[in-house]
Amino acid sequence: MNAPEWKNPVVRWIDFRLPIFSFVYHELGVYPAPRNLNYFWTFGSLAGIVLVIMLASGIVLAFNYTPHATMAFDSVERIMRDVNWGWLLRYIHMNGGSAFFIVVYIHMFRGLYYGSYKYPREVLWFLGVIILLLMMATAFMGYVLPWGQMSFWGATVITNLFSAFPLVGESIVTWLWGGYSVDNPTLNRFFALHYLLAFVIVGAVAVHLWALHVQKSNNPLGIDTKGPQDTVPFHPYMTVKDLFSLSVFLTVFSMFVFFAPNFFGEPDNYIPANPLVTPPHIVPEWYFLPYYAILRSIPDKLTGVLAMFGSIFVLFLLPWLDTSRVRSGSFRPTYKKFFWVFVVDCIVLGYVGANPPEGYFLILGRVATIYYFFHFIILLPLLGWFERPLPLPTSISQPVLGGRAAATARHMEKA
Amino acid sequence: MRRFALSALAALAFGLTATTPNAAEGPALPKEHWPFAGIFGTFDRGALNRGFQVYKEVCSACHSLSLIYYRHLEGIGLTAEEIRAIAAEKEVTDGPNDEGDMFKRPGRPSDRYVAPFANENASRTANNGAYPPDLSLMVKARKGGPDYLYAILTGYKDAPADVKMMDGLHYNEFFPGHQIAMPLPLSEGGVTFADGTAATVETMARDVTTFLAWTAEPEMEQRKQLGVKVVLFLIVFTGLTYAVKRKVWADLHA
Repeated sequence: MNAPEWKNPVVRWIDFRLPIFSFVYHELGVYPAPRNLNYFWTFGSLAGIVLVIMLASGIVLAFNYTPHATMAFDSVERIMRDVNWGWLLRYIHMNGGSAFFIVVYIHMFRGLYYGSYKYPREVLWFLGVIILLLMMATAFMGYVLPWGQMSFWGATVITNLFSAFPLVGESIVTWLWGGYSVDNPTLNRFFALHYLLAFVIVGAVAVHLWALHVQKSNNPLGIDTKGPQDTVPFHPYMTVKDLFSLSVFLTVFSMFVFFAPNFFGEPDNYIPANPLVTPPHIVPEWYFLPYYAILRSIPDKLTGVLAMFGSIFVLFLLPWLDTSRVRSGSFRPTYKKFFWVFVVDCIVLGYVGANPPEGYFLILGRVATIYYFFHFIILLPLLGWFERPLPLPTSISQPVLGGRAAATARHMEKA
Repeated sequence: MRRFALSALAALAFGLTATTPNAAEGPALPKEHWPFAGIFGTFDRGALNRGFQVYKEVCSACHSLSLIYYRHLEGIGLTAEEIRAIAAEKEVTDGPNDEGDMFKRPGRPSDRYVAPFANENASRTANNGAYPPDLSLMVKARKGGPDYLYAILTGYKDAPADVKMMDGLHYNEFFPGHQIAMPLPLSEGGVTFADGTAATVETMARDVTTFLAWTAEPEMEQRKQLGVKVVLFLIVFTGLTYAVKRKVWADLHA
């Protein structure tokens, strides 16, 4: 489909030299989206919008924030008290972090259920995992900036993980800290990197979208689109659907920002950082709890650290670990069940991560950790061999429309 | 698909409740009714004023309130003159002047609330080695928030026979470990309220907790009132976008 002949002379002049209008027209206007996408497919655009919200609020917060060990805590409280709408900006940014992870985790579980990581979308999936890693680094460093007790001790615990590596471990930690303990140099570089990584995420998202627009969206049936009868133009069909999702999201998000802004936070982070007093329980933000549980369920420090990083890196191998050629879980009766077992396993890991690693929690954490890796490394390769998938529909338009596909396809051409 | 959606929502809801850390220590806090709780909550002005009086006459002997400037007290309903008078009661070190000397002057509304001690060491020396924490954010900085503060203030008891108290510590039912350095702070009639409210320990504890809830979140009323408008708008907006979505997709579902 070619871009329309632009009528506005200025637009035409620019578009001839830099086809930016044609680009938008192709990628956001007529871009063919499978017509059977369900609401789980709106979480991608939602994540993009949350990223924009984070950038906008974060940049204004940076106007007013002081990255210094003796001033950071008070500068955040000054934002809360004396900066016009500062409390709103900060609560949006604070809760936006949690919202970003909720949206992205749902986006990823959708990918797992419908096999969106399979041929030909492996690179798209890798880029998504890279975005997740960048988000984790950014969120961790952002959490350090208010310089409360959890900021300080969270930074101490997490940076100390690198000391587990033999020979170079201690030097790496000193290098990360910029000294011999978490202190002002650490805070300074975390602020610089937090700001930088946000824009690295923007870059990674751009490439993620590029990869998406090459192979196009997967869909709930997991079968390829076969022609215009299977797709709808992105605008207005997907834009309006994404807009509806966005308004639902903003409603829920606002309830947290305005009525329960500290729901996801730890009270201890309203105590200024004190290197001499360790909080009774050092817990990371909720979105890190499953990884924290994996780390603590293994007695050996180095193995624990490797398992924690491994829990993410195993996702890079996923396109090959899953040997089934059927994408959608809807046609994989056994996988479908194990998918939900896996979701529960992740929630159990989060629950264990929030509690001290003792007694019952220690055992539960170990079982859940073993199951996490069992799911990827043993179950998925075997399922592909032994599972008998249900028969796949021949096309997207057929199960959706029955015999009326042709009529609607004609209608689409007019639209 | 619908089952997937429902299960996912259920899983998410479960995840949210399950991952909220709930390390309970000591006996469960009694749940008080706070007029500032809930989405329509506002601070009781009378309680704020009485609470400020309790802080000023009792707590401020040991506890600082470093995030509050005198000018902030407009938020609890004090007039500009009252604030000037309250600030002027304290001496503030300023300077250096043209000769290079530091000098003392009466406090101004633009000053931070004057702390009882010059620094942590001075505070520890005066308080038997303990450091009374700053109270500005106390309500946000403890699990249980206002319930915890109220419980601590009203939780002083004689130590049970089997508990060996350390020197200079006091038994408190709700303090982690039960041994708190702060001596019983509130006693019946300890302050005289201008509005005639009887100064029972419970009233003083409630009022000072209300005041400290305000110092922790002075934006709370504005935040909740704006929130109601924003959420109402978004609910209507969501309804509209849903209607538009239905209209746009009507062709495809026909």
